[in-house]
Amino acid sequence: MNTFPGADERVAHLDIAPTLAASPWLDLWVRFEAGERVRLFTGKVELGQGILSAIAQIGAEELDVAYEQVDVEAVDTDFSPNEGSTSGSRSIQEGGEATRQACAQVRQIMLQHAAKKLEVQIDDLEVKEGFIHVRGTDIGVSYWQLAYEVDLHQLVQVKAPPKDRQHHRLVGQPLPRKDLRDKLMGGGFLHDLTLPGMLHARVVRPPAVKARLRVCNDIKVLALPGVLKVIRDGSFLAVVAQREEQAVKAWRQLFIDTQWDIYESLPDMNALPEFLTEAPHQQELLHDSPANRIDTVSISARYTRPYLSHASIGPSCGLAWWHEERLQVWSHCQSLFALRDEIAKLLGLPREQIVARHGQGAGCYGHNGADDAAYDAALIARAMPGHPIRVQWMREDEFAWEPQGPAMVVDLKGAVDAEGHIVQWSQSIWGNRHIQRPGRRPEPGFLAAWHQGEGCDMMPPVDMAMELGGGSQRNAVPYYDLPGMRVLNHAVTEVPIRVSALRALGAYLNVFAIESFMDELAHQSQQDPVHFRLRHLSDPRARSVIEQASAYAQQHWGWDPEHATGDGQCGVGLGFARYKNVGCYAAVFAEVELQEVVQVKRVLAVIDCGEIVNPDGVRNQIEGGVIQVVSWILKEQVTFDRQRITSTDWESYPILRFNEVPVVEVLLMPQPNQPWLGVGEGVTGPTAAAVANAIHHAMGVRVRDLPLTAQRVVQAMR
Amino acid sequence: MPLLHVNEQQHAVDCDPSTPLLYVLRNDLGLTSARFGCGMGQCGACHVLINGRSVASCDISVEACVGQTIETVEGLTPPGQALHALQEAFMQEQAGQCGYCLGGILTSARALLRHNPNPSADQIKSALDLHLCRCGTHQRIVKAVQRAASVLRQGEV
Repeated sequence: MNTFPGADERVAHLDIAPTLAASPWLDLWVRFEAGERVRLFTGKVELGQGILSAIAQIGAEELDVAYEQVDVEAVDTDFSPNEGSTSGSRSIQEGGEATRQACAQVRQIMLQHAAKKLEVQIDDLEVKEGFIHVRGTDIGVSYWQLAYEVDLHQLVQVKAPPKDRQHHRLVGQPLPRKDLRDKLMGGGFLHDLTLPGMLHARVVRPPAVKARLRVCNDIKVLALPGVLKVIRDGSFLAVVAQREEQAVKAWRQLFIDTQWDIYESLPDMNALPEFLTEAPHQQELLHDSPANRIDTVSISARYTRPYLSHASIGPSCGLAWWHEERLQVWSHCQSLFALRDEIAKLLGLPREQIVARHGQGAGCYGHNGADDAAYDAALIARAMPGHPIRVQWMREDEFAWEPQGPAMVVDLKGAVDAEGHIVQWSQSIWGNRHIQRPGRRPEPGFLAAWHQGEGCDMMPPVDMAMELGGGSQRNAVPYYDLPGMRVLNHAVTEVPIRVSALRALGAYLNVFAIESFMDELAHQSQQDPVHFRLRHLSDPRARSVIEQASAYAQQHWGWDPEHATGDGQCGVGLGFARYKNVGCYAAVFAEVELQEVVQVKRVLAVIDCGEIVNPDGVRNQIEGGVIQVVSWILKEQVTFDRQRITSTDWESYPILRFNEVPVVEVLLMPQPNQPWLGVGEGVTGPTAAAVANAIHHAMGVRVRDLPLTAQRVVQAMR
Repeated sequence: MPLLHVNEQQHAVDCDPSTPLLYVLRNDLGLTSARFGCGMGQCGACHVLINGRSVASCDISVEACVGQTIETVEGLTPPGQALHALQEAFMQEQAGQCGYCLGGILTSARALLRHNPNPSADQIKSALDLHLCRCGTHQRIVKAVQRAASVLRQGEV
């Protein structure tokens, strides 16, 4: 969903990047600063994915300055362009494109001025490290000299053509991340920020998903050293202290001194598929084309996934300061503008009275607790004007109260004719919608808001329209050319556990199901999984990633596509998807070994993401995506009883460890003349399916419920 | 007033002696390389060296650290100097995504390389196994430690 404002009417006629059209002043994007430096402004935020470095690379390329000369400013709602949310693997397409066009135009303007000043034609000029000179001479003028004469506070006037790709010297190069050095030295995070006179706060969360605070006896807590204030608003309860460890101690004591009315509101964890398929839902037909032939082999299968945690290593953190009639907020969330607007709405303030600034948090893989922690801090700062307030969530609260990735069910039914073609494909999806980001609905969008005062129901999650990427229905329609295809979504409206966007959203289970089922149909009709996919796939780029991956696995892993079963211990499987059906192409092979546990030994990912800004950055994202999904698929599920989430530490929510990670090999398909397609979430579904297909290849058994534990493999064998 | 020996300097700290070391390092001494992850000693993000051993600083009290030798990542690179070979190797391998886990991981890697200057990949993985990395940067981290080991074999950790 594009959450940035529409095009400014003065530039609406130009065919330019939407976020540039929404913030069309060039000096909102580019400034030349002392010391021969360039400062770029962007609406996209660093989540650990390296986007600020990629933006710097794109900007430096277009301006013809050195990468080292460029600084990219973190988002600040007072001066940054609003580029909506940093999500959906769209940051290069949206933010990168806007930066590219803004920088290309600034370069053009500077060249025009330089040509006039030097009395030469523009074509006689070239730029190196910001020095515009007459070709073949050292006569020239720098951007920084011109900056005194040229006011960049002007509207974008044309869609300046970006640099010819064959002249690229930076885009396409594996340049180092700009933020890594600081982080290796011990800094770099919002969590490290200190403000003058800053106080530390902790929020006491309810002991169950549905609970009301009945009694809070704060006498003992207020007598603890350093404790300054207990703030209660309905069932929202927080404590503020001078020092962080005092706040933590008070947080423990305060919980002991509260009494709550607790309700049982959660379904049976061991009957989630039944709950999801029987709960009230809204039905949506996503695709319907008539079947035209009689089936000969028809099979059906059900695939399920549990709720998943983001499980970032650092818990959510927020800072707020009511200072000189303004509320300043610092957050590691994905959309600072939406955060500012939602805080303004809930506190009844004009949004100009609030500024929200980005600081980096631990890895962000979707909508986690960042926005909520910022609102916690804002509420507390309002109660203690003049004092900067720092809130950090406790680990157990992070696990229990951040939005989870939704549980889902996918049912598939398919038929293959005598020639081995799929002639019928019927797919049904059940689960909650996937996006609960603040501001997407009129209801309050923060956790604390649901506990304040009388309390209210949490904001129901939404999905985006399919053409914008969907949510639960993301990648629900197979990318294959299938006749007789019917895809039906059942968006479950009862939301017992808080859910929102987690890496790839519905595409994780949708692709897992589709790609598992493709293997099931191939196996049933005695076809090899590569050939079977290719005969249903016409997009040459899709075919190409599969063919490349298959050739590599045969050559380097000794994989034989004709060999339908492995040796009872080791197996190799394939998964493919085009993310959102419009994004990057990914073909993934996984090799598993089954002993007492399921081990993924190695993974190959072949990716076509269009033009590549930074190949090492892309590799890093793919390696990370693969390893995170291997962790999800082998180990992870949120556990709960009828009242509360019970997986609240790293022992009850284990993730993959160093001794368990597979070797990940990445092949990038060069496509320098194709548009950017984004890459962060592309391997999520294909990796999951590849592992399940590898287990089937090894053992001849099919595990359809995630996680794919050894116990489930044994059950499937019985 | 507890007296702490951190990165070869003495620091008098004005706090309750039961305070976990992590909060003192971060909030009193401004040494933020040790990061809060879980507060339960399960994730490794807050590791520091105490008498050469890599341990969680979130569940050890300041009192218990008095008289001990504490080292953090900040001690690797004196201000204004080039990165230590271990950090430089992480730069060379671009071994980080969000980087939140790296303070603890650098700490355990430092301890490993002191007693085993030529570790195998498996030995590195075992030494880092109690550190969690959610972004999935493990294989780059292992390569970075190997690279650092090979550079450091010519010098000293």
